Amino acid sequence: MISIRNLDFRFPRGGFRLVVPRFDVPAGGRVAILGASGSGKTTLLDLLAGIRVPDAGSVTVAGQEISRLPDTARRHFRIHRIGLIFQAFELLEYLTVQENLLLPYRMSPSLRPDADTGARLSRLAEETGIGGRLRRYPDQLSHGERQRAAICRALIAAPDLILADEPTGNLDPENKRRVLDLLLGQVAGHGATLVMVTHDHDLLEPFDRVVQMRDFHGAEAA
Amino acid sequence: MRDVVYLAWRYLVFNRWKTGILIAAITVIVFLPLALELVLERSSERLRARAAATPLLFGAPGSALELALSSLYFSGESPAPLDYAIVAELGDTRLAAAIPLHLGYRVGSHPVIGTSPDYFPFRDLSIAQGRMLALSGEAVLGAAAADSLDAAPGGGVVTAPESVFDVTGTYPVRLRVVGVLEPTGTPDDEGVFVDIRTAWIVGGIGHGHEDLQDPTASGSVLKRDDSNIVANAAVVEYRDITPENLADFHFHGAEDEFPLSAVIAVPVDAKSGVLLEGRYQSPDSPVRVVRPTEVMDDLLATVFTVRQYVLVAVALVGAATLATIALVFLLSIRLRRAEIQTMIRIGAAPGRVAAILGTEILLVLIASLLMAGLLTGIATAFGDEIFRWLLQSGVL
Repeated sequence: MISIRNLDFRFPRGGFRLVVPRFDVPAGGRVAILGASGSGKTTLLDLLAGIRVPDAGSVTVAGQEISRLPDTARRHFRIHRIGLIFQAFELLEYLTVQENLLLPYRMSPSLRPDADTGARLSRLAEETGIGGRLRRYPDQLSHGERQRAAICRALIAAPDLILADEPTGNLDPENKRRVLDLLLGQVAGHGATLVMVTHDHDLLEPFDRVVQMRDFHGAEAA
Repeated sequence: MRDVVYLAWRYLVFNRWKTGILIAAITVIVFLPLALELVLERSSERLRARAAATPLLFGAPGSALELALSSLYFSGESPAPLDYAIVAELGDTRLAAAIPLHLGYRVGSHPVIGTSPDYFPFRDLSIAQGRMLALSGEAVLGAAAADSLDAAPGGGVVTAPESVFDVTGTYPVRLRVVGVLEPTGTPDDEGVFVDIRTAWIVGGIGHGHEDLQDPTASGSVLKRDDSNIVANAAVVEYRDITPENLADFHFHGAEDEFPLSAVIAVPVDAKSGVLLEGRYQSPDSPVRVVRPTEVMDDLLATVFTVRQYVLVAVALVGAATLATIALVFLLSIRLRRAEIQTMIRIGAAPGRVAAILGTEILLVLIASLLMAGLLTGIATAFGDEIFRWLLQSGVL
């Protein structure tokens, strides 16, 4: 599913450099990435999502070398094939939960709802326990409910790859476990691949593989 | 595009107070100069048109502006009175037709205008219902007055009493409505027109009471000799002029000395107008003659000078407000950085995000312009009233 070769990325104005000689994740794999703050975990996710482009090397996702795609094609690829989950949930406060779940369909003319979208939304909402919250606004939900809504939004377009950036970082211990189990269950149910950044060692057990940023032997402060 | 507009709309609706304040601020910036310009333009046209249709005005010495405003627009204080003799005097010159005006009394908020039948063809006023004035005690109403007083031919209106706290004030008089005028869009629409004698009766100069020579009225008689009958306060005074008691109405004193507010003089030709004006130009003349067009031009020149200052002030305030609004938008974008980043990370093109933010601004502008247009329409519709109020209240 994911293949990185000889990746070299440097922020335009210096200050940080990320080098990943080789990184592979098979389809359906569940990989946790560990690392200290500032070690480049989020930057790696951005490179996998095609939000950033490496200065050298290649990033291939689902057989598509996204690092070579032009901007528009990368955005199309991302919105169709990749679901993103953020630490701070990043739900839009002025949209209801249902509108937030369907937000990817409003972000690009290339992604349109199909006949199954409504049913998929209902199923996801029920499975994640927010079926009764769809008409509420994010600030009317608990933290755990907001993150579950964010997980639903990432899965709504049935992506092949889920990239989660510390999705449990803002949750209490009980909610951390519940949200992680939910995420893993949904990813497995959809047959998707999961790459999750975390610095919480207590959550690593269910993952197929745990990668330390320092294992790349290339992450370094410039 | 539908998605862009939808997201912009949802943001504005969710932040309805902020949106409302922005719309209100922009509306005021657009509305004030626009309405000021339109109201002044339209009102000045109407003021000039009515002034231009009134060749010469005669009145007692005093403020020309007060004389013109009260005689043409029935606004403000009634000017100092001049003697009715001026009407005959002007007629004798054969240079102009004289139309007397007596102002100062009201029916509700509507001016009672005592005048002669010549006033109606002079102002091109025609009857919509009923008939013209024929007898004392009758009234013909302007269209707006009839509407507001809910009066029609066959009904009646009562003049406003001035004697509640003033024993020397005038008593209310009931006027019989015999006609309603076609609407003209001029101050005549607001008027309650009566003949000049009725105006004097309303003012207490003429009055009617029971016939004291009638034996049944003897209870009120204090003294009777060959030429005089003295009655006490129990004598019944009529406050309702009817065909039956009309003959009992009479005036004491010389009619030539009865008061008028003004006289409209309609010269037979331009030369006659100049000659007439020349005759009354003397500073010692007990009568003042003014050309309403000149008075209005002087007034409007002052008004338009004030307008320039107001427009400059509004422009400065508007520029400051627009700068503040721009700052609000920029700060809002900074505050929404996380939201913008989320959209881009999900897969939105930066152009699409910019389109959403731009559409928000566009929707606020459209709403503001619609509001400003609506308010300007209302201000224009009531422009004359607003302008007259501004003049009367001393704002202009």
